[in-house]
Amino acid sequence: MLSVKNNEVVEFSSTLLNQFADIVGRFPEGRQKSALLPILHLVQAEFGWLSPDAMNKVAYYLSIEPIEVFEVATFYTMYLLQPQGKYVLEVCRTGPCCLVGAEGIMAHLEHKLGVKEGEVTPDGLFSWRGVECLAACGYGPVLQIGPAYTFYENLTADSVDQLIDDLSSKTI
Amino acid sequence: MARKLLLTHIDVPGIQTFDVYRQNGGYRSVEKALKTMSPDDVVEEVKKSGLRGRGGAGFPTGMKWSFLAKPEGVPRYLVCNGDESEPGTFKDRFLMTHIPHALLEGMIVSSYALGAHTSYIYVRGEMMPQIRILERAIQEAKAAGFLGKNILGSGYDLEIYVQPGAGAYICGEETALLESLEGKRGNPRIKPPFPAIAGLYGCPTVVNNVESIAATVPIINDGGEEYAKIGIERSTGTKLISASGNLVKPGVYEIELGLPVEEFIYSDEYCGGIANGKKMKAVVAGGSSVPILPANLILKTANGNNRLMTYESLADGGFQTGSSMGSGGFIVFDEDQCIVRNTWNFSRFYHHESCGQCSPCREGTGWMEKVLHKIENGHGDLSDIELLWDIQRRIEGNTICPLGDAAAWPVAAAIRHFRDEFEWHIKHPADALIRNYGLAHYADPLVPVVS
Repeated sequence: MLSVKNNEVVEFSSTLLNQFADIVGRFPEGRQKSALLPILHLVQAEFGWLSPDAMNKVAYYLSIEPIEVFEVATFYTMYLLQPQGKYVLEVCRTGPCCLVGAEGIMAHLEHKLGVKEGEVTPDGLFSWRGVECLAACGYGPVLQIGPAYTFYENLTADSVDQLIDDLSSKTI
Repeated sequence: MARKLLLTHIDVPGIQTFDVYRQNGGYRSVEKALKTMSPDDVVEEVKKSGLRGRGGAGFPTGMKWSFLAKPEGVPRYLVCNGDESEPGTFKDRFLMTHIPHALLEGMIVSSYALGAHTSYIYVRGEMMPQIRILERAIQEAKAAGFLGKNILGSGYDLEIYVQPGAGAYICGEETALLESLEGKRGNPRIKPPFPAIAGLYGCPTVVNNVESIAATVPIINDGGEEYAKIGIERSTGTKLISASGNLVKPGVYEIELGLPVEEFIYSDEYCGGIANGKKMKAVVAGGSSVPILPANLILKTANGNNRLMTYESLADGGFQTGSSMGSGGFIVFDEDQCIVRNTWNFSRFYHHESCGQCSPCREGTGWMEKVLHKIENGHGDLSDIELLWDIQRRIEGNTICPLGDAAAWPVAAAIRHFRDEFEWHIKHPADALIRNYGLAHYADPLVPVVS
């Protein structure tokens, strides 16, 4: 369910608008709606999540109805409809990764960060969630961190600790 | 050492780049096709090769191409399906990461054969690094004159674009992928019409898997007949297999079709056997949707012959004792793994990924997940096994797209081959919970973890 607590107003920079135009140019005239998914990725990377105002402005840019944006944003799991931590750690929780310890990694992550799945750490740095297959089954357990979706493979409790410590120190 | 066609130069430093790829024979098929062959010649070679779609369905690629409608004045499209997300399958990710130009080379040859002047590579959104790799490769190929206007002076124009998905397994289904590419929710379309008649923007479109498109490169370089000499019967050529689970050496391997399954699992050239010296319990041979087989049945067919890595041999005996090549996602379970827990895990995946269009899938996948979860967490009843059987039977064949079947088959196969394990969970709930102690609370926070 789309449930929004934030009425954040966003402005798209000229750099972002140029990127939008480049994407729209990949499709035949009149088919600019095809640019919707990549544009939503760009907006999310810029603002951290897809606020209602951001989605409305994307609709306006593409000359489509806001509902067309909302129904796409709510269908695909990569789009974040609530503000999240600066780093969203997404752990693959599907079969092959679980065979090699993904559930243990999720338990460790919860313990290390001190927040449950979907919650944000008090410092606003981290949130985490289990996601379905990340298509890296031979290198499991794996996690990814947006917006670049950097992959971390063959995870252990120690490597997760190291990763979190590195990200924390980078932000200080 | 087995013959390789796609991964021949995988260990060459810098093979990701255009220059190194070209120095190692890259883009020869484009030169050959555009300078010496007509589009129909290319289609004919692919037909001769016997290449079958490497995405899972195994439909003959050349035949699929020949179905493409060719009305005058209407654009045709080639769309590459890089939305790899079948649990157990990660071969396309490997290919796009390490030899992106092999995919681009195949895209150019295939687009030429189909008369497409704009082609799209739809890559699952989680693979942003691979998307960037492909975009860089496109720029390199364009700078070298292999993309854009009048490629190699042939008069043929082609642009290729990469489109990201956004996290939806269903978009691997070709019509859902086209909906997504049009900027919509990934709801599969009712077929007919098939994409070859009315695909992207209602225009004739071919959707092929990443590996299928890359495979056209050696077919054009060496000829379809040479390609068809590799493999056995109607399983020609080589195949990328993604191996995962409890193996000594999980990873992506290129095999010649016809390799014995036992050799693939146990030889040092491939998976190196079961990790930690354990025994093999079961295998899912073609990605999570295909039926699981216990160890004895994955090694031998119904007739007692060695089971081979071919479309025919893996399916030998049908769903009673066989499985399927599927997408080549080979998941191996050691003796300590819980089949009930894995079946629940797969069910959760399909419930999560159902697009919700069809009632049997939308309701049935969730129902199966709940019942499996109940059994896994020590609250099951023996009648639940029959209930699961009944639900999966009501889903299979009753949905617009194959996701319903994909959700039903793993449950049916797990019950067929491992019913005693389901019964053990039901009869010994406390023991089952203790076995999964520390993990159960991820199944459902409402079910207390045993203490």
